[in-house]
Amino acid sequence: MQKIVPANIRDIQDGPRKSISRPPTFIEKHCNSVFGWATYFFAWLTVLLVLYIVCIIAIQAAPAIRDYGLGFITGTTWDANTHQYGVLPEIWGTMYSSLLALVIGSLFGVAVAVFLSEHFLSSFVFSIEKLFGVQFHSFWGKLPDKFEQILKNLIELLAAIPSVVYGLWGIFFVIPLIRPVCDWLNTNLGWIPIFNTTLSGPGMLPASIVLAIMILPTVSAISLNALLAVPPKLREASYGLGATRWETILAILIPTASKGIFGSIILAFGRALGETMALAMLVGNANVISWSLFSPANTLAALLANNFPEAGPKEVGVLMFAALILLAITLFVNMIGAFILQKASTPNEGAR
Amino acid sequence: MTDIVTSVPVPSNKIDSDIVIDSGELEKSLRRPRTAFNYIMSSLTTLVTIIALIPLFSVVLMLVVRGGQRLSLGLFTQLPPAAFEHGGGFGNAIVGTLVMVGVAALISVPFGILSATYLAEVAPYSRLSNVVRMCGKILTGFPSILAGVFAYGSVVLVTGGFSAIAGGIALSILMLPTVILTAEEAIHMVPAKIREAALGMGATQMQTVWMVLLPTAFPGILTGVMLAVARAAGETAPLLFTALFSNYWLISGGRLDLMQPTSSLAVLIYNFSAMPFQNQIELAWAAALILVLVVLTVNLIGQSLSRK
Amino acid sequence: MVQNAQNLSSAPNPANGNGKSVVIDCNITELYYGKFKAVRDTRIPIERNRITAFIGPSGCGKSTVLRCLNRMNDLVRGFRFEGHVHFQGADIYHPSIDPVAVRRYIGMVFQQPNPFAMSIYRNVAFGLKLNGYKGDREERVKRALCAAALWDEVKDKLHTSALSLSGGQQQRLCIARAIATEPEVLLMDEPCSALDPIATRRIEELMLELKESYTIAIVTHNLQQAQRVADKTGFLYVDTTQGGRTGYLVEFGLTKQLFEDPKEKHTQDYIHGRFS
Repeated sequence: MQKIVPANIRDIQDGPRKSISRPPTFIEKHCNSVFGWATYFFAWLTVLLVLYIVCIIAIQAAPAIRDYGLGFITGTTWDANTHQYGVLPEIWGTMYSSLLALVIGSLFGVAVAVFLSEHFLSSFVFSIEKLFGVQFHSFWGKLPDKFEQILKNLIELLAAIPSVVYGLWGIFFVIPLIRPVCDWLNTNLGWIPIFNTTLSGPGMLPASIVLAIMILPTVSAISLNALLAVPPKLREASYGLGATRWETILAILIPTASKGIFGSIILAFGRALGETMALAMLVGNANVISWSLFSPANTLAALLANNFPEAGPKEVGVLMFAALILLAITLFVNMIGAFILQKASTPNEGAR
Repeated sequence: MTDIVTSVPVPSNKIDSDIVIDSGELEKSLRRPRTAFNYIMSSLTTLVTIIALIPLFSVVLMLVVRGGQRLSLGLFTQLPPAAFEHGGGFGNAIVGTLVMVGVAALISVPFGILSATYLAEVAPYSRLSNVVRMCGKILTGFPSILAGVFAYGSVVLVTGGFSAIAGGIALSILMLPTVILTAEEAIHMVPAKIREAALGMGATQMQTVWMVLLPTAFPGILTGVMLAVARAAGETAPLLFTALFSNYWLISGGRLDLMQPTSSLAVLIYNFSAMPFQNQIELAWAAALILVLVVLTVNLIGQSLSRK
Repeated sequence: MVQNAQNLSSAPNPANGNGKSVVIDCNITELYYGKFKAVRDTRIPIERNRITAFIGPSGCGKSTVLRCLNRMNDLVRGFRFEGHVHFQGADIYHPSIDPVAVRRYIGMVFQQPNPFAMSIYRNVAFGLKLNGYKGDREERVKRALCAAALWDEVKDKLHTSALSLSGGQQQRLCIARAIATEPEVLLMDEPCSALDPIATRRIEELMLELKESYTIAIVTHNLQQAQRVADKTGFLYVDTTQGGRTGYLVEFGLTKQLFEDPKEKHTQDYIHGRFS
C-alpha cells in the first residue's frame, strides 16, 4: 500500500501524547441541569399562559355572569346608562359576517388553490413561449416556474397586510365602489330580505368583502397543500380513463383533498370570527339584527374594540363576559378545524 | 395517395374489428359539452385568481397614490396635529410601535426559543410536549383582540393605567406561537447526525443546543421571529385599550417612560381614519404606507432567509 | 461522581507501552431497544494500540455494540442493557458515571461525515472548547489536522466552511475533530461506507498511523478492510431462531487466524461469501 500520509505527521506525532479530556466541570453540569429545567419551565409556562388568559377573562367576567346570566346572550340592547346589556345582535353580526366572508373567501381561496396546484399559470406561460420557440431557453425556460412562485408569494402577501390598512382601504375604496350596485339592487330587488335597506356607508356587505379577502390566503394555502398531497397516480388513473382536466379535478382531486380543504375553511372561519379591525371600521357598529346585506351591524370583537377604552368598572365586567363568549366560540371552531386537519394529514383510503 | 388507397382491396376503415371509430370523434371540438365545460371552468378559475389579486394591487396603488403625496421627512419628526391644525406627522407613533414591538420581542423570543428547545430536543415525545404544541396551535388561532383583553385585565387594571408595557405584553402573546412553532421546526430540521456528532464528543445537552443546534437552526428561527415581528407591528386590536394613544413623545425629560399611554402607527391609522378632517385622513394614508412598507420588508426578508 | 470520573483519566496510561493491556472490556449479556432484543452474549476485549474490527452481516448489531462503548445508545429511547462495559477498570454503566464524561474519553467517528456548519478551524477546536482547554489551541488544531492527514489540504482555508470540503476530506476532518482532544479510544462506525475507494484508502492509512497512539475499534462491512487494518476481529451474526433478529458474537480472535482458519461454521460461510 502506497503511503499517502504526509511525512511531517511523524514529527508531530513524536511528541508525548497528552490527553486533554476531562469530565464536565461542576459548572457545566449545573448549567446543563439548570438549562434543562429552564426549558421545562418555559414549556409549562406556555401551557399556564393559555390557562391564565382564560382565567383572567373568566374571573373578571364572573360578576357580570352572576348579574346577567343567560339573559346577556339573548338580550338585544346595550345601554350603559340603564345598565342593560345584551349581545345577541353582536353574536348575530359576528356569525353573519363571518359566514358571508366564508362563502366568498373559500370560493375564491379554493379556486386559487386549484389554479396553483394544477399549474395553470406555468402551462399558460409555457404555451405562450412555445409560440416564440423559446420554451427551453436558459432564461425564458425558467419563467413559467418563476411566475408561479411569484403568484404564490403575492397571495401570501395578502395575509401580510395589516388589517387596519384593509379597513382604511375598505372605507375609501370598497364602500364607494359597491354603493351604486347596492343602491340599484335595493331599488329594484328591495322585496328580497337581503336587499331591503340602503347602504348608508358602513355595513355588512363591505365588511364581509374585506373579511373575505383577509381569510382567502388561509384557505388557499392550506387547500393548496391538501391538493398537492393527492398522489399523482390517482390523477394519472383518471386521465388514463379519458377524463378531462376538470372532470379529474372535480371527481378525483377535490374529493380526495376534501378533508384538508374543509379543515382550511373551518380555520378560516375561526379567524374571521375573531377579526376585529376591519369590522370595527366597516360594519357600522349598530345594534341591529337584520338579514339585509346593506344594513349596519356589530360584532363581538368590534364591540370590545369600541367600548373598552372608555369603559367604567361596571362595564369592564360586562365586556369581559362578551370577550369570554368570543373566546369560547373561536376556541371551539379552531379546535374543530385543527382536529379535521389532523385527520386529513393521516393517510386515508385514496392515498394508500 | 388516392391511387394507393384504391389499389388496396380492403377499405381502410374496416380492419379485422367490429368497432369502427369515426376519426372525427377524436377531434378537439368546443361543441362537445365535456370540452366546453372544461374550457369554461379553466377560464373561470383564471378569472377568479385574477380577481383575488385585485385587492392587493388596489391596496398598494392607493397607498402609493394617497399616502405617497404626504410623504416627507417631517412625518418622522413631528407630532400628530390637533383637530384643525395643518401639517404634522407621527414621529411618536413610529417610536411607540418600535418600542412596543421591541418589548414584545424581548419577552416572546427567549420564551419561545426555550419552549421550542424543550419540544424539539429535551423531550420531544413527552405528554407535556404534545400539550404545549396544542397550546401553540390554540394561541395561533387566538383572536388578537382577546390578547388585548387579557393584557387589559392582567396589566392595565393592576398597574392602574394604559402603558407601553401593557401593549408590549399583548403583542408578545401574538408573537409567541409563531416563535415557538417555527423555532421547533427549525431545531427539528437540524440533521440528526450533527446532533450525534456533538453528543459523541461529550458535549452536555446544553452545550449541544447552544453551540451546535441553535447556530445551525439560526436562519429558520430568525425567519419565525421576523414573521412574528411583522405581524405584531401591524396589529391594532391588542393596542387599542392597552397602550391606548398619545399625542406626545414616549421619551419625556430625556428618559424613556414605558408606563404611560403610547401611540402606535396602527392605532393612529384607526383613529385618524374616522376623523372628518382631510389632514388627518391624509396622515392616516401616509402612516399606512409606511406601516405596510415596514411589514412587507420584514416579511420578505424573513421569507428569503428560510429559502436559502 | 467527580471522583469516579477522575478514575477514568488517572488510570495507568503508558504512552506507547504494553500493547496487551485491555482498555475496554465489553460484555453484553442482553441488549434491548424497547421490546426488541438487539444483541446477546457478546464479549469483546479491546486492547491498547490495537485496531479491533467488528464484522458481520447487516442488522447483526455490530454498530449497536460499538455505540454501547461510549454510551451513545443512551440517546435511543427504550434502550436497556444487561452486562457491563469496563473502561480502564471502571464500569461505565455504573449509576454514578456521567455518560457525557465517558464520551469525552472515548471519541467517535460516524458512518456519515458530520462536520458542523462552521469553519474548519472551529470544527476541530470544538472539542478543545468543550474540555475548556486553556493552552495553545492553534497548535492543537494543527496537530490534529496533521494527524488526520488533512493539514496540507486545508491549511490555507482554515476559516472557510467545513461543508465546502469533499466527502473524504469531511470524514478526515471528523477524525481530526475526534482526536484533537486526544481521547483514549477512538470508535469508528463504518467510517468509509460513504466514501469512494481513494478516500477509503486514505482513511485506512490514517488508521494504521493512529494506531501508534490510540486504541481503535472499528465497525466495517468490508471484509478486505478488516483484513487490511485490524489486528483482532470479532464476527457477529444474526440469530433468528428465537423469533426476532438478535445479534451475537460468533467468534473473536486475531484477524489473520479468523480469516485463514475460522473455527465456526458461520464464520467460514460468511468470509467465503456463502450466505444466501
